[in-house]
Amino acid sequence: MAETTEAPGLTVQSGFLSELFDRFRRSAEFVVIPLLALIVSGVLFSIFLLLVGKSPADFFALVWRGGFGTSFSWQNTLVRSAPLIFTALCVAIPARLGLVIIGGEGALVLGGFAAATIAIPMIDWAPAYLLLGVMAIAAMMAGGIWIGIVGALRHYRGVNETIASLLMFYIAVSILNFFVEGALRDPSDPNKPSTKPLGADNMIGVIPGTDVHWGLLIGILLCCALYLLMNRTTFGFAAQIAGGNLRAAQAQGLPVGKLMVISCAIAGACAGLAGFFEVAAIHGKANASLIAGYGFTGILVSFLARHNPLVIVPVAIFLGGIAASGGLVQRRMDLPDATVLVLQGLLFLVILVSETFYGRLSFFRSKGAA
Amino acid sequence: MGDDPGLMTVLLAMFAGAIRVSTPFLFVSLGEMLTEKSGRINLGLEGTLVFGAMSGYAISYHTGSPWLGVLVAGLCGSLFGALHGYLCKLPKVNDIAIGIAMMLFGTGLAFFFGKPYIQPSAPRLPSISFGTWSDHPAVRQALEINPLFLLGIALAIFLWWALKNTRYGLIIRTTGDSAPAALALGIHVDRVRLLSTMAGGFFAGIGGSFLSLYYPGSWTEGLSSGQGLMAVALVIFARWNPIYCFWAALLFGAAGALGPALQSIGISRGYHFFNAAPYILTLLIMIASTSPRRSLKGAPGELSITK
Repeated sequence: MAETTEAPGLTVQSGFLSELFDRFRRSAEFVVIPLLALIVSGVLFSIFLLLVGKSPADFFALVWRGGFGTSFSWQNTLVRSAPLIFTALCVAIPARLGLVIIGGEGALVLGGFAAATIAIPMIDWAPAYLLLGVMAIAAMMAGGIWIGIVGALRHYRGVNETIASLLMFYIAVSILNFFVEGALRDPSDPNKPSTKPLGADNMIGVIPGTDVHWGLLIGILLCCALYLLMNRTTFGFAAQIAGGNLRAAQAQGLPVGKLMVISCAIAGACAGLAGFFEVAAIHGKANASLIAGYGFTGILVSFLARHNPLVIVPVAIFLGGIAASGGLVQRRMDLPDATVLVLQGLLFLVILVSETFYGRLSFFRSKGAA
Repeated sequence: MGDDPGLMTVLLAMFAGAIRVSTPFLFVSLGEMLTEKSGRINLGLEGTLVFGAMSGYAISYHTGSPWLGVLVAGLCGSLFGALHGYLCKLPKVNDIAIGIAMMLFGTGLAFFFGKPYIQPSAPRLPSISFGTWSDHPAVRQALEINPLFLLGIALAIFLWWALKNTRYGLIIRTTGDSAPAALALGIHVDRVRLLSTMAGGFFAGIGGSFLSLYYPGSWTEGLSSGQGLMAVALVIFARWNPIYCFWAALLFGAAGALGPALQSIGISRGYHFFNAAPYILTLLIMIASTSPRRSLKGAPGELSITK
């Protein structure tokens, strides 16, 4: 944190060791506080379960079994984590600029829709790799433009990005429904209104030896790439300055508007990719199943990871596991499916409140440097 | 009626719809306005609205009294407001992020406890007939007005008067415009904000109970579709003025009634877009009414979204 000067004098004898220890102690803050927050929300949720007459021990045992206990549940968890990684990036990248984007679900929906739509005229003749490549680009463009608009509105018109992005989610859903139930509906599918299916040959395969599609790996690589972009490049540094103090950044001559629009476009492209993988690896077509709430859980993932792209991966797997165990918990304990929502909301609140303890717990401060 | 029954029907349906659909908007926006006047923004009112709808319906079902349901919905709303107000006073805790978390938490709790109430039907709020003079059934139906709508108008006028003319109004406005100035006057800034957020939550809870107890009139998980968040945009559009909040709520209500009204005369082509009309309208209004260069007239100075 702020204490960069080391205390002289007092710790002369073992200067190097104590310095190392101090440094460790200060960075430990970023591990210990989130862990404590997890424990506190676990305790609060246990109290909640006791109040409604259910056993917390059973609940956590079921979450463990349903999310992480067997190789089958691990794969289920990882399949759910992939879209969470992408949608969390949609929150994390603009967050560096101080923007709170909560409409990633809209970019996901439109990305999936764009991918499925551009595929329709190509399905019959294009080879799978070309088809998937074009679909991915279409999805990223759709998502990128969608959230990019939010960034542009924020900078050029001063429209609050949080509300605008959520409104855009509702508009995205109506665009999807309009076309899927109308002009682009596949007449051969009598059940759910959907676009024309890609066909099994054109779907994205799974990582060999698992049931998990390639989206997970791409997501992890994307997290690493965006971590480097935001932490090791001029662009990321400029974004960080603009997020810390907008006026100072403007005074420095940084192109704040461009930074905002590009960050939002990158973010939207990530969420669009989530939609692409949902279409190309799971559903095989675009329909209302795309609106599964991944965009909203992604907000929680990003906040839990404190908007750090590298931390997003384990957090997404953690929350993906909780979501994956939802069905088991529902069946075995006779709890409504909203139980997971309550747990997520509680976790979200506790994590946000834990922000208040950074830099205030004396244990983590280096001696004499205060 | 005469020549163009289609247009008349649509206009009448929109008028009736505007009154029905606007009531929750009116209550939530008044609640949000009051909270924002004290310098904080509560995005969690969406969750409060949903929980209010659930709790109001449940209480009405168990006690048989819809009005008791409205009261309990309001009280639950003020509990949520108290949680928001308390958490936001902690240092480094961001009110917008807490609002998003409260939205998730409130919705989750409402769905959790609301599961058993999806099937049974609870007594609904009565309405007052203002249309007995007309022999046209559509007109009579349009003038079936819920007392909560009238209460909302009274509340808007009262808040407008109270913010302008009373000591408490001055305290709230000072707190919202400049916390240091309020502190210098010996005002407990956090306490004023806590109470304003609680009152705001109370109104939002009432707005929610209207959804489940009058129109659409039953508890389902898809009951609210972002009204709580649209209210935030509505308050900006209304320039933090309670009277403008009323007109804005009517406008939003009419936009929300457009889709169903057109469907009622058989126009269903593109109804997805007509149903999206309130969102598109909100976005257009926000684009038209905000500006990056000057702060908005009437905006509380402490508000994070307009800084």
